[in-house]
Amino acid sequence: MGAVGDAWTWLTTGANWQGESGVWHRLAEHLWFSGVCLAVSCLIALPLALWLGHIGRGGSLAVNISNIGRAVPTLAVLVLLTLTPLGRQGGLPTIIALVLFAVPPLLTNAYVGMREVDRSVVEAARGMGMSGGQLFLRVELPLAYPMVMTGLRSATVQVIATATLAAMAGEGGLGRIITAGFNRNDTAQVVAGALVVGALALLAEGLLVVAGRAFDPMRATREH
Amino acid sequence: MSAVVSAAGCLAANDWICGEYVRSRAQELTDATVQHVWITVVSVLIGLAVAFPLALLVRARPRLAGPVLGLTTVLYAIPSLAMFSLLLPLFGLSAALVVTGLVLYSLTILVRNILAGLAAVPQEAREAARGMGYGPGRLLWEVELPLALPAVMAGVRMATVSTVALTTVGALVDYGGLGTLITTGLKSFFKAQVLTASVLCVLLAVAADLLLLALQRLLTPWTRPARTPGARIRGAG
Repeated sequence: MGAVGDAWTWLTTGANWQGESGVWHRLAEHLWFSGVCLAVSCLIALPLALWLGHIGRGGSLAVNISNIGRAVPTLAVLVLLTLTPLGRQGGLPTIIALVLFAVPPLLTNAYVGMREVDRSVVEAARGMGMSGGQLFLRVELPLAYPMVMTGLRSATVQVIATATLAAMAGEGGLGRIITAGFNRNDTAQVVAGALVVGALALLAEGLLVVAGRAFDPMRATREH
Repeated sequence: MSAVVSAAGCLAANDWICGEYVRSRAQELTDATVQHVWITVVSVLIGLAVAFPLALLVRARPRLAGPVLGLTTVLYAIPSLAMFSLLLPLFGLSAALVVTGLVLYSLTILVRNILAGLAAVPQEAREAARGMGYGPGRLLWEVELPLALPAVMAGVRMATVSTVALTTVGALVDYGGLGTLITTGLKSFFKAQVLTASVLCVLLAVAADLLLLALQRLLTPWTRPARTPGARIRGAG
């Protein structure tokens, strides 16, 4: 328990939280990268996936995008973007690299969720005379909702974890606490940095679970 | 970087695409690629060697499913940067450190897919084999594993592609294969090196995926959709 104890000591030392390389500042940077990235990723992936799911096309596209996404190392994208003129624009390389990383899981989950809606339910809704729009809003979206939220949760956790790589490209975020600890051979600081990232990921996941339940369109009927 | 200054043409201009770079640093690129490949292969093989007993254990004792799957999921959520940093006191600056981290990451996908594959084996096939006098070991090796192979191979492909990408983070401890070229290229602002290494990394992942797909087809000839005109192959989840 020595390493965790030392990390706790590190975390409870007020000086480590203050200043340019303190936890508060790195946490703010991390939240900024992750938040902007997730918002942009949702705006790109969700409308596309829901639409493709609604019209029932592009399944192989969704699967292929997610496979390609897995093959492209985030570190490589991050470093490539840092070397382009975009690299001078503060956190832009990090945000773009993370968006490329977050879009595939969001896209795949939302698409699969839409396609897994029971076909007989869709047929019944059509038989009742629902238009395409009504079918989408009142039947498909509510039924696909849990899967969409699962995708959002896993994307959020992965983005928060992966945003630490920004440190390897010289950008900010909580990864800097880890790399600084690594460079100084300070295990306590590395563990402390990892703990803060882990806590942030768990907190975000918890918030999304609560928000997911609160906004569930079928809250009254779905059993938890 | 003296080479950048002395060499003429695209190296001096620090172009993104540079044949001169590929020619003059062929040895360096080959070494990095070889390191990348062996780190990936060793990690996935050890990952499989660990994931199989784990999956069999979970299947035999369903009460362990929660803890084992939960633990591998938690491992997956640890940032790679933190994982490699945390293993440093145990392994020092070594390839074993990178391999250990990659093995831990691969377990999530591998254990889940092996379990899913075994669970999808038709009960009738098991009954028939038992009726023919197959013992548990022979049942596993000759009936269950071959039938679970498509799901297992899907997991191996996913784990391999992810591992190729994640190996780059090993650059933190100088055992990142092509990733090391990417990070040193960043430090010296060497565009050709970063782009070439990145492209090679993606090509490596694609090649590994295709190779494993071919292996899967070879091992499971009965799953090939042969001579069924008009039958559509559905993309798996």
